[in-house]
Amino acid sequence: MNRLLKNREILLVAIIVVMIAGFATRAEGFASPANLANIFNDTSILIILALGQMAVILTKSIDLSVAANLAFTGMAVAMTNAAYPDLPLALLIVLAIGIGAFLGAINGYLVWALQIPPIVVTLGTLTIYRGMAFVLSGGGWVNAHQMTPSFLNVPRLPVLGLPVLSWIAIFIVIGAWFVLTRLPFGRAAYASGGNPTAAVYAGIDIGWTKFLAFVLSGALAGLSGYLWVSRYAVAYVDIAAGFELDTVAACVIGGISIAGGIGSVAGAVLGALFLGVIKNALPVIGISPFAQMAISGIVIVLAVVFNARAEKKAGRIILRDRAVPEGSA
Amino acid sequence: MSDTATTKRAIPDRLGTRTSRILASWEVLLFGVAVLIFVFNAFASPYFLNAWNLSDATFNFTEKAMIAFAMALLVIAGEIDLSVAAIIALASTTMGAAAQAGIGTPGLVAIGIAVGLACGAFNGLLVSGLRLPSIVVTIGTMSLFRGISYIVLGDQAYGKYPADFAFFGQGYVVWVFSFELVLFITLAIAFAILLHATNFGRHVYVIGNNEFAARFSGIPVERVKFILFLLTGLMAGVAAVCLTSRLGSTRPSIAQGWELEVVTMVVLGGVSILGGAGTIAGVVIAAFVMGLVTFGLGLLNVPGIVMSIFVGLLLIITIAIPIVAQRFKEMSLGK
Repeated sequence: MNRLLKNREILLVAIIVVMIAGFATRAEGFASPANLANIFNDTSILIILALGQMAVILTKSIDLSVAANLAFTGMAVAMTNAAYPDLPLALLIVLAIGIGAFLGAINGYLVWALQIPPIVVTLGTLTIYRGMAFVLSGGGWVNAHQMTPSFLNVPRLPVLGLPVLSWIAIFIVIGAWFVLTRLPFGRAAYASGGNPTAAVYAGIDIGWTKFLAFVLSGALAGLSGYLWVSRYAVAYVDIAAGFELDTVAACVIGGISIAGGIGSVAGAVLGALFLGVIKNALPVIGISPFAQMAISGIVIVLAVVFNARAEKKAGRIILRDRAVPEGSA
Repeated sequence: MSDTATTKRAIPDRLGTRTSRILASWEVLLFGVAVLIFVFNAFASPYFLNAWNLSDATFNFTEKAMIAFAMALLVIAGEIDLSVAAIIALASTTMGAAAQAGIGTPGLVAIGIAVGLACGAFNGLLVSGLRLPSIVVTIGTMSLFRGISYIVLGDQAYGKYPADFAFFGQGYVVWVFSFELVLFITLAIAFAILLHATNFGRHVYVIGNNEFAARFSGIPVERVKFILFLLTGLMAGVAAVCLTSRLGSTRPSIAQGWELEVVTMVVLGGVSILGGAGTIAGVVIAAFVMGLVTFGLGLLNVPGIVMSIFVGLLLIITIAIPIVAQRFKEMSLGK
């Protein structure tokens, strides 16, 4: 199984490289380091959100409220910044992570303590959080001139050739890798998604693990709320509408099994980059940006078909329970 | 927290009396809620108790409820279709394009329904043919179907529909009973019969309760699931005809977010999201509850997005209540 996953990541890298090379034949500068860095920077927020989504999906759950969480937190932080320009940026970022984590904790609590299916919980909180963003702002916008320069500029500051936003994403990728592969929580997340019964026998508290995964996803969504508002220099109710699907898509493309327990940080990052490259390439090769939605749709469907082939064992127990070697090879 | 408490098939030592069971049933509780909301609305707004206003209120939910009936069957069978709103968008866009080409009303209706069926068949093939998880598949097709609408329309809109096409969304059959309301009632009866009085309906429950057992009992699981997706696509197509006719125009963002409201309606109607349980009667009452809530709030000038907070809360609270009640029951039994 491990080799299979490795194959998938190498395959994804190959596909992304081929795509970039292909686009570069149509547009000179597409493969230039500056443009690639630009694409990475553009995809940073998606990468951050996809990693949170991945932690949740690993535990056999799904978080559809990330984009709404992002919108609410972004609005809250932007309004705070507009109302109290003297507050230090660090405090605002802590505030964003805190609000996001709190909203994630609400999801997690409902899933953990009340055992409501995650998809129902987060479908509900998706509308609630976005509605709250409207209530909070009264439907108004926070525009660039109301935000302080440091609030707007810090994620754009170049450090060693890359903007701070990209560095934040890189830092979080490393952090997520560490948390998911080197900490007990990561093991617990894989175990409670991969085989819940075995996880319980191994003494893992599945509910608590799910709760933590939702808090993590919420915290990352909160941070992304600040990053999004700062990057696009505007906050309104509908920012990032539908973005939750992109995060799920990134995970699915990256080989994270929607049934839980399977997937790697590298996969999620590559899945996000795959979408990022396509998104940035469309205008370059002269395809209407309106086509982007359909293309991600096709990509998601293809990725699911592809994943299912890799995970055939899970879907094929019927009447063949004893013929395990067929699928596990 | 233990596993036994969470399984949906836990069997109590003894059942309550028949009356107590009926009184405690989800449908009766929900009906009580509907009556309460109705009374509250009647007091809150002087415009509420008017036959024409109430008739108008039904437009809030009839189209969504048509899809919710098919979705209820799908959810009972343990699957879900999140692409329904996108199917509406694609069907509506196709109808719009056909209308611009001068096709008449019967042709438009046929096209809308055919697109719905085709989309449903596509979902069904992916889920039952390739055995893929429906939630991801339909998240993908949701992007795909609506994405095609965006490619076709971009930021444009179709507006020129034939005059007699307006009947489906704006016409009245008798007095205050609109075509949509009559269709809603007819479909409710048809789906109730399909689910509660046919072999097919039993198969749906069996698949939702225990797919393995269903296979071993010779139920054609994949075929049933395929038909359910087809049915959901068909209903989305019908809803697309009604909605397009009612609005008289098509934008690619048409029916945005409806998948959520449809699922909410289904779950609010007492259909278990884990599959295996639920009734059409529950979905019908849930449709009325949601329609009344949004219409009442509308009369009170509450903006749509704030209403969506209520819908979201309604969804979570209605699912949480029975679970919390069960907890209390277990605690009082000293478990």
